[in-house]
Amino acid sequence: MSRPSRASNTTKMIHSLFLINCSGDIFLEKHWKSVVSQSVCDYFFEAQEKAADVENVPPVISTPHHYLISIYRDKLFFVSVIQTEVPPLFVIEFLHRVADTFQDYFGECSEAAIKDNVVIVYELLEEMLDNGFPLATESNILKELIKPPTILRSVVNSITGSSNVGDTLPTGQLSNIPWRRAGVKYTNNEAYFDVVEEIDAIIDKSGSTVFAEIQGVIDACIKLSGMPDLSLSFMNPRLLDDVSFHPCIRFKRWESERVLSFIPPDGNFRLISYRVSSQNLVAIPVYVKHSISFKENSSCGRFDITIGPKQNMGKTIEGITVTVHMPKVVLNMNLTPTQGSYTFDPVTKVLAWDVGKITPQKLPSLKGLVNLQSGAPKPEENPSLNIQFKIQQLAISGLKVNRLDMYGEKYKPFKGVKYVTKAGKFQVRT
Amino acid sequence: MTDSKYFTTTKKGEIFELKAELNSDKKEKKKEAVKKVIASMTVGKDVSALFPDVVNCMQTDNLELKKLVYLYLMNYAKSQPDMAIMAVNTFVKDCEDPNPLIRALAVRTMGCIRVDKITEYLCEPLRKCLKDEDPYVRKTAAVCVAKLHDINAQLVEDQGFLDTLKDLISDSNPMVVANAVAALSEIAESHPSSNLLDLNPQSINKLLTALNECTEWGQIFILDCLANYMPKDDREAQSICERVTPRLSHANSAVVLSAVKVLMKFMEMLSKDLDYYGTLLKKLAPPLVTLLSAEPELQYVALRNINLIVQKRPEILKHEMKVFFVKYNDPIYVKLEKLDIMIRLASQANIAQVLAELKEYATEVDVDFVRKAVRAIGRCAIKVEQSAERCVSTLLDLIQTKVNYVVQEAIVVIKDIFRKYPNKYESVIATLCENLDSLDEPEARAAMIWIVGEYAERIDNADELLESFLEGFHDESTQVQLQLLTAIVKLFLKKPTETQELVQQVLSLATQDSDNPDLRDRGYIYWRLLSTDPVAAKEVVLAEKPLISEETDLIEPTLLDELICYIGTLASVYHKPPSAFVEGGRGVVHKSLPPRTASSESTESPETAPAGAPSGDQPDVIPAQGDLLGDLLNLDLGPPVSAPPLAASSVQMGAVDLLGGGLDSLIGDSNFGAPPAAVTTAAAPARLGAPVSSGLSDLFDLTSGVGTLSGSYVAPKTVWLPAIKAKGLEISGTFTRQVGSISMDLQLTNKALQVMTDFAIQFNRNSFGLAPAAPLQVHAPLSPNQTVELSLPLNTVGSVMKMEPLNNLQVAVKNNIDVFYFSTLYPLHVLFVEDGKMDRQMFLATWKDIPNENEAQFQIRDCPLNTEAASNKLQSSNIFTVAKRSVEGQDMLYQSLKLTNGIWVLAELRIQPGNPSLTDLELSLKCRAPEVSQHVYQAYETILKN
Repeated sequence: MSRPSRASNTTKMIHSLFLINCSGDIFLEKHWKSVVSQSVCDYFFEAQEKAADVENVPPVISTPHHYLISIYRDKLFFVSVIQTEVPPLFVIEFLHRVADTFQDYFGECSEAAIKDNVVIVYELLEEMLDNGFPLATESNILKELIKPPTILRSVVNSITGSSNVGDTLPTGQLSNIPWRRAGVKYTNNEAYFDVVEEIDAIIDKSGSTVFAEIQGVIDACIKLSGMPDLSLSFMNPRLLDDVSFHPCIRFKRWESERVLSFIPPDGNFRLISYRVSSQNLVAIPVYVKHSISFKENSSCGRFDITIGPKQNMGKTIEGITVTVHMPKVVLNMNLTPTQGSYTFDPVTKVLAWDVGKITPQKLPSLKGLVNLQSGAPKPEENPSLNIQFKIQQLAISGLKVNRLDMYGEKYKPFKGVKYVTKAGKFQVRT
Repeated sequence: MTDSKYFTTTKKGEIFELKAELNSDKKEKKKEAVKKVIASMTVGKDVSALFPDVVNCMQTDNLELKKLVYLYLMNYAKSQPDMAIMAVNTFVKDCEDPNPLIRALAVRTMGCIRVDKITEYLCEPLRKCLKDEDPYVRKTAAVCVAKLHDINAQLVEDQGFLDTLKDLISDSNPMVVANAVAALSEIAESHPSSNLLDLNPQSINKLLTALNECTEWGQIFILDCLANYMPKDDREAQSICERVTPRLSHANSAVVLSAVKVLMKFMEMLSKDLDYYGTLLKKLAPPLVTLLSAEPELQYVALRNINLIVQKRPEILKHEMKVFFVKYNDPIYVKLEKLDIMIRLASQANIAQVLAELKEYATEVDVDFVRKAVRAIGRCAIKVEQSAERCVSTLLDLIQTKVNYVVQEAIVVIKDIFRKYPNKYESVIATLCENLDSLDEPEARAAMIWIVGEYAERIDNADELLESFLEGFHDESTQVQLQLLTAIVKLFLKKPTETQELVQQVLSLATQDSDNPDLRDRGYIYWRLLSTDPVAAKEVVLAEKPLISEETDLIEPTLLDELICYIGTLASVYHKPPSAFVEGGRGVVHKSLPPRTASSESTESPETAPAGAPSGDQPDVIPAQGDLLGDLLNLDLGPPVSAPPLAASSVQMGAVDLLGGGLDSLIGDSNFGAPPAAVTTAAAPARLGAPVSSGLSDLFDLTSGVGTLSGSYVAPKTVWLPAIKAKGLEISGTFTRQVGSISMDLQLTNKALQVMTDFAIQFNRNSFGLAPAAPLQVHAPLSPNQTVELSLPLNTVGSVMKMEPLNNLQVAVKNNIDVFYFSTLYPLHVLFVEDGKMDRQMFLATWKDIPNENEAQFQIRDCPLNTEAASNKLQSSNIFTVAKRSVEGQDMLYQSLKLTNGIWVLAELRIQPGNPSLTDLELSLKCRAPEVSQHVYQAYETILKN
């Protein structure tokens, strides 16, 4: 029995991509197979309408013939069209990578930047995905295939008629170290590492910690010639028990010796990200004293918050901002800050207080009256305070780099490590 | 100057202008023109009219221009197939270019041109590129094979590309391996009969090696492929796990989740006593938690998967409760998922924290979230007994807020708490009653009414409260009406003296003035119960209710196991097996069985209609054996409401009995003045009933006359229920199928010393929804030593629940003495329908479409039949021969059959009639629901050997 061949219409992975701005205009579309009509986005718009807030649009939407998987980045929606079973994380990761690439190429990921560089965008998308399979997503490789726009280059190009498309195969593409190109040369060889830790925390009314953990990353900026082989070791590697690695890191070496050993990509990249979990004690550098009250049957309330340093390891806490989503019935706020400045947006009901840094001698505070809509019942919900801050020269987890060694090259590189701690999702309930 | 200039249009007409520019002699102008064309494409403008002009620009040394033209080609080749051929030469030439970038570009683009005519020209270049010295070209070519397969599968097979692709799995370059795996997986998906990814320890080893070296995307392909492999023993499983574990530390969350899938799957094979098992469990937690610090979209997918993982292996994340605490600015879709997982992880150890959080959430702004948080408090109370009291007091606090939707949700969950802990928290009823007026949602109203009815004796003004609802009876939703009816009857049974008027009022509202059959039925049943035997009524209506179980929304274990195999996929996001939503319902009925466990069933006794489920609908048999009695008495004696015509008549006959008796006693009972209207409604079906029932027996005569001549094979009757197990009632029987109707032929023998009457029969839910289409009719009482033979018509519209074995049927038979249970196995061929002959083309397509792993092989031994005899025999049992083929003395019969629920089974039966020494038949069965194959084979064997 001969079995007839069946022309199926299945496509693995991403079928099409639509870029949509906040006002709902589709300003770019790219199809990797047949053209899918823009009307498929109507399902997305429907979901968007239902969600009310742009951030609440569900990332996976099913329609009669397709699935729409989307991300929201930099005020843009990246909506991909999927036809068959496909890992959604795969798609979401890829979409973020596309956004990262735009950011990397054009300095910002915005509608204007994309429109201004639409041909490069198209070339990039084609290079990044082939038949739904990601092809090249490493910035190093992409930049060799398609040169990023620079003012100088476009001037030169228009004079000489040369193009912004590389005409040789990227060198790193197929070696066992696809992330690094060969023949890198620098006059100044430098390797910088930024240890950045963010504290995610929920503090309850009484000031005790409901939940706290540290999300840390080590971002590297490596400008080293040739094929350097680096080893980064820590004073206290035991802190790192939950780590995600850049593919360049030799996992076995880490498992056995707790040393990060790697041949780095060229330029900026994230070496590791790690989490110091809630099981360990996480130091909370600030405290907030607050008293927010609304009087029953009256159209006003009182607002009073004060911020002070807690476990800050003797370092200055700076760049403090406090953001509060006030209840809907709040009409206006009349406050006096002891330092910094505040704004209240009566439309979005967002109070933002730019505090600056804390001087322990005089703790910053913000107090005053809240005007409520008259006649409305007193708000049920208590607003949470969202705090941002920054502490230079400190990794709050205590993580410390011990040393960096380089093998494989003879020159002496310039090395540097910087630490900074910031607030991540740091919320104080009132 | 930026690219936005390309968007500007002139007045003359854009296309016209572009055409001129494309044909310009100046290279630079040409390139600019092509860029303009591309810019138009990016915003969805149709520029296909420029096809010939753009293709003309293809012959160029300028790589950028070439790329741009290729971009254009891919978009429009399909709409201009004839013009697309113009491009072929250039492709062929470019595939020979010394620059590998250009070779790869050409092979990449030509696969994207989905024009049938072109494909054959591409075979030669593709073959060369698959063997190219440069791995970049090879890896691109591997993907091209998948593309070409999508356009013309036959061509790809004929050209031997699949074998070349398989060879690439052993390529020295990991990127090539990864792409080959990806391409093969994609082809295998659309081409299930081919044994493409034949995984064995050697190839697995190659994949594991490549896994360490290829790109993150390649790792995902390889991991997904590994997940399909079935290790031969636990040692192999462990060694694969060991090599996959490092992937958990990858920065790409899709890699992490694919690795989690492999580990979760292979862990099944490891013994729990193994040290390694514990190590693995510990290793799984951190990466899962890390996924939650990623972007919200990633978090959402991760949470949906964690929800599955937590149900399968709660121990992995049991200490990680806090990471699921909700931040106020999480997107709502993340909040709701976190909440769900929090409840799954709630235990005595962490309940205090969880409750404090939930209380916090209940004062948030977002209404959906607040509702779910309130509900979650109720679920905690039910799940963790020690916390119940605290939960109740939290709920009371929330009720005091008087926020309308909070109050309503709280009342709904308090009702469940009452069900779980009877006679414990009734002190709060007074507080609940205060909020009666503010309830405007049906679910909350129904819950409140249930509470009032259930605790009528403790609420002084219960009658007033219920009466207040009665005023707007007809404007209430069905849920509230049913609840009100039941509550008032309960009230009456508890306080008969003061509430007679009320109960009469509600009965008449329900039976006379309502169009809703569920409501009317329930009304009549109560009426008759109350009028004939108030004691029985009390037993029924005020019966002890089964306690509701702890977890009401767990995914059914078999589905959960299936979903664990799909971690990371869309199926895991939707919590449905892919067959349920990718293919559509046909042929996969069984995979989408109701995702409820037996234990959760007990939460839904007809007394408390849960959200959304109209309770009078299909009566459910409560599976626990002990409960059957109560249920038979309660509501379900009437046959299913939604049966075909045969059953419809029987509904009325049920009504005859019900109403006939009711009528007499209603008139006789002085307490109960039956409204005259009810008498007329009751009488009408009674008159109708008689002629129909005689028609029914005619039908039985007819079928017994026809006998087995045209029907399918009927096994001799066997004893199903021996007399010693049933107080003297012996039941033997068999199943038949004649001209489309299934029946159960029964022989009832009275071996006891007393007369048996009042027979009734009921089936438990079963795999194919078999249910009696008419009541069991034993016309005269069965005297001692008397035997009666009868045929019970069946239909397949009953409730479905997968049974083990599949064809198991649990039956309850009641008579005046007691209720008896037995279970029997029905032969599957009674379910083979008459229109089970598949069209030849369809057969071919379906055979191909069903994956190979669904194929089952059987031998039917010692069956010396010739082909025709076999075919005829099978045909009379609705197994149809679609095609026949003879090869070397063997006859192959291609057969199809369809089950009552629409599942198709395809068969290949191999007979060797020429050789009398070979009397074994070989049978291959293919079906989308492979679990039926074994039973179909048994049916074959039975039919052929009798």
